Amino acid sequence: MERKTRIEIAKPGLDGHDRGAKYIARALKDAGYEVIYTGIRQTPESIVATAIQEDVDFVGLSLLSGAHNELFPRVVELLKTEGAEDIIVFGGGVIPEEDIEPLTKKGIQAIFRPGTPISAVIDFIESKKKTTAA
Amino acid sequence: MQESIKNRKTEWEESVLNKVLQKFPERKETFTTGSDKPVERLYLPQEESKGDYLEKLGFPGEYPYTRGVQPTMYRGRLWTMRQYAGFGTAEESNERYKYLLDQGQTGLSIAFDLPTQIGYDSDDPVSMGEVGKVGVAIDSLKDMEILFSGIPLDKVSTSMTINAPAAILLAMYIAVAEKQGVTRDRIRGTIQNDILKEYIARGTYIFPPAPSMRLINNTFEFCSKEVPKWNTISISGYHIREAGSTAVQEIAFTIADGIEYVRNAMSTGLDVDQFAGRLSFFFNAHNDLFEEAAKYRAARRIWARIMKEKFSARKEKSMMMRFHTQTAGSTLTAQQPDNNVIRVTIQTLAAVLGGTQSLHTNSKDEALALPTEDSVRVALRTQQIVAHESGAANTVDPLAGSYFVEQMTDEIEKEALEYIEKIEKMGGMVRAIEAGYVQKEIQDSAYRYQKAVEKGERIVVGVNKFTVEEEEPRGLLKVDPALRDVQIKKIEEIKDSRDGSKVEAALAALKRGAADESVNLMPLILDAVHAYATLGEITGVLREEFGEYRESIVL
Amino acid sequence: MEIVKGIVAGNIRSIARAVSIVENNMEGKEELLDELHTHTGNAVVWGITGPPGAGKSTLADRLIQKERSEGKKVAVIAVDPSSPFTGGSLLGDRLRMQTHATDPGVFIRSMASRGHLGGISTAAFDAVKIFDAAGYDTIMVETIGVGQTEVEIIELSDIVMLVLVPGMGDEIQAMKAGVMEIGDIFVVNKSDREGAERLKAEVEYVLMISEKPKESPQKKICMTSARDNTGIDELHRILQTKHTEDLKSGFLEEKRKHRLNKELSNLFYLKTREFLEEQLSIGAQMDTWIEGIYKKEIKPYKFISEKMKELKKEYVKG
Ligand SMILES: Nc1nc2c(ncn2[C@@H]2O[C@H](COP(=O)(O)OP(=O)(O)O)[C@@H](O)[C@H]2O)c(=O)[nH]1
Ligand SMILES: [Mg+2]
Repeated sequence: MERKTRIEIAKPGLDGHDRGAKYIARALKDAGYEVIYTGIRQTPESIVATAIQEDVDFVGLSLLSGAHNELFPRVVELLKTEGAEDIIVFGGGVIPEEDIEPLTKKGIQAIFRPGTPISAVIDFIESKKKTTAA
Repeated sequence: MQESIKNRKTEWEESVLNKVLQKFPERKETFTTGSDKPVERLYLPQEESKGDYLEKLGFPGEYPYTRGVQPTMYRGRLWTMRQYAGFGTAEESNERYKYLLDQGQTGLSIAFDLPTQIGYDSDDPVSMGEVGKVGVAIDSLKDMEILFSGIPLDKVSTSMTINAPAAILLAMYIAVAEKQGVTRDRIRGTIQNDILKEYIARGTYIFPPAPSMRLINNTFEFCSKEVPKWNTISISGYHIREAGSTAVQEIAFTIADGIEYVRNAMSTGLDVDQFAGRLSFFFNAHNDLFEEAAKYRAARRIWARIMKEKFSARKEKSMMMRFHTQTAGSTLTAQQPDNNVIRVTIQTLAAVLGGTQSLHTNSKDEALALPTEDSVRVALRTQQIVAHESGAANTVDPLAGSYFVEQMTDEIEKEALEYIEKIEKMGGMVRAIEAGYVQKEIQDSAYRYQKAVEKGERIVVGVNKFTVEEEEPRGLLKVDPALRDVQIKKIEEIKDSRDGSKVEAALAALKRGAADESVNLMPLILDAVHAYATLGEITGVLREEFGEYRESIVL
Repeated sequence: MEIVKGIVAGNIRSIARAVSIVENNMEGKEELLDELHTHTGNAVVWGITGPPGAGKSTLADRLIQKERSEGKKVAVIAVDPSSPFTGGSLLGDRLRMQTHATDPGVFIRSMASRGHLGGISTAAFDAVKIFDAAGYDTIMVETIGVGQTEVEIIELSDIVMLVLVPGMGDEIQAMKAGVMEIGDIFVVNKSDREGAERLKAEVEYVLMISEKPKESPQKKICMTSARDNTGIDELHRILQTKHTEDLKSGFLEEKRKHRLNKELSNLFYLKTREFLEEQLSIGAQMDTWIEGIYKKEIKPYKFISEKMKELKKEYVKG
């Protein structure tokens, strides 16, 4: 049996625009993944604790308030502190082009901006996922 | 439909249409509106439309207001052009407001940052990364004084996008006005104060429904006596639509929210005509021009009838749905951002043809970052061109009588009423929200729409068709991350300079008041504000007493 | 095994990994569970079941709070169905418990039933053992279900709470017969709504007229509003009292042994089946046999008897 890929979809920060996050969560479910959705207003700490308890392979962060430069890297940092740097972090939302490179350097492995088709997210997951078989 | 027309239609279909269809099939099997409503090939006069013209459409400025709330509409006065702005510190926002007023804008519209909207001070740990980002950071009366310095509050009308802590920001506004020597009965403006749509779609709630509704009632009552020119609520469909609802859902859920507010206020003993005239609405303007125009017309008619028939309102003003409109942020694309100017133009036209009272036009770069001064100007110019050059403002309700638009208006009305009825059956909007019903309906629409875009069934120019390789614009306006430190320093200064015992006393009094449902909290909040208690402190006291709301979505 | 040390020491990452191992039926699963076996038996397992939207997750959230206030470590296993078409799932139970996410004494794990009918996944049984061995005092298992479909949660739990809400009176009537078996405690949640009292009365009536198996403990009814945090203290007290009583009366031991019986039988069947498949190459030959039976060339019972004879000849001595 193939190991099921598990993905946490989380909204750090204070904005309540969860349209994108909910869409991604549902679309990934339809693509056959197990998706854990935690709702709005999550702190980096709760996102990381969740990722570890749920033993996810990916954490997808969605943010529209513009606080991504502070909050996305914080999630990566905390994962590292917890010895869970193998969990892959990606992000989405209103993120200006010029922020992408610095974020990538800080360990956010992909940024998906509005208008990205879900197939791009799935391709990314498929290319990175662990392939441990039973 | 008249028999003769019906017969002619059949004839036409057989002799003309079918031949053409055989040779030249239509572009699509079915055509739908932006909200997925079917659109027929051709609309013809409806049989009944003549007979009940007076009942369904009537005259502008008269019940049921389908054609507009004023008799002359824009021939008398143009809509208020009101650009939503605010970012960073109070100082920076103050500068932007003065600029906009110089450019011919006629009203202010204040955006607050998220910590302010959720009642946290800038120095709270949860505010990290958020201070000054989507609006201005307000921590105490001090910031509010700076925000409006040099702006005469008896001359402008100010709209504040603030909900959960609306009572507190209103108190601050009153305090600033009075410091300017403007008495509270002379200030004009709006607080959004619409908590239900926060639970439904926008997410900046603080307290559970019951105490939230009480705070809203407190502002209704207080303003009806002391701040008579203030619009105490702006019942908002805008964010419901942004969250992915259809046009029908937008007005249905907004009106259902309105029903809940009216019922709630009446249950505390307020007379409907005492407050209903100060209720205002806020809608979205999307790209589907005709559907949108029909939507506003349907909404006016539904509201008028509900106020009259369900709540027995007697005053005309209580039945009039006056609304602000903003163009749809969710339709803006990061790709080929110049195209957004055209989208905004169509949306502006939709709002104007639908009879809006005021309008905010989005800037083309809003899908990327905060709008620059240049793009804000183009957005304002778009309104001015529609107002002065397009001719759309020259007559009242120009689309009336279009077979298509009238039928669309009727259909939207009917479908919206079905939703409203369903929500009433569930026990009202609070119940429907707690059950996650409304959120789920919106979620499903959003999902359907997005799927259609992904499959290419719906074309978004520049995104899934007509794309180009492009360089992204750089040098977009950004908020300085060090801003939080500036605000923190200001808070420290305030806390050092104010009379601590006064603050304590005011907060203690507020807490006692909060525990007693019969107390109107507005005067107590005003006292706390005057004592320079911070927003976070005031909200904190209320949090302790009221508890916090938890998201009730259903996945 | 390295991971076992981690689990017993309460290492979060090890526990999480171990749950994935059992969930995915990965290599080392059996050894892992064997190694953990001696460390189990200390935790109390509460099942929470009921229809979707009844407030199970919200209730779990409140009960976590109660348990934490007594210093107990709590684990929650929240099971949601997978889509039968795509195999994917959207797990949202923990949304209601997220305020406890960063509490080191709370471990919440969402699980998809992965096509396993009846709601609960087999992996949940094994996950309970992992949390037990890791030192969690209380383990709650949330699963959707109402009526007689939900048998497994009974087998897995020491105490089962069946959560009901006003507005489902007819369903209560319909499940009269089965209702006795499903829950030990009937939680009438959303007591803030009208109809809660009536529902309680209905449940009482159904319990009264249902036949009570001899010597089984008294069923309890409790009204709660998980939203307003009322009735939770009482529910918690009932849970604790019941546990003490069941311990004293030997009912708990009986229940747990019954659970072992089930588990062991299941394992036997499973393993025997695997063995049979291998020995008789069932997978490879099935089509041929079916073809033969379909064309009336083979008589099914005679065929099976012969196959069994073959087997016995080889393996049964004497
Ligand atoms: N009115 C009311 N609503 C509740 C209560 N308990 C839970 N809810 C709400 O019911 C919905 C479903 O709750 P949830 O715990 O997810 O139910 P589950 O599907 O059984 O796990 C949520 O919106 C909760 O806020 C209660 O006691 N009263
Ligand atoms: Mg649940």
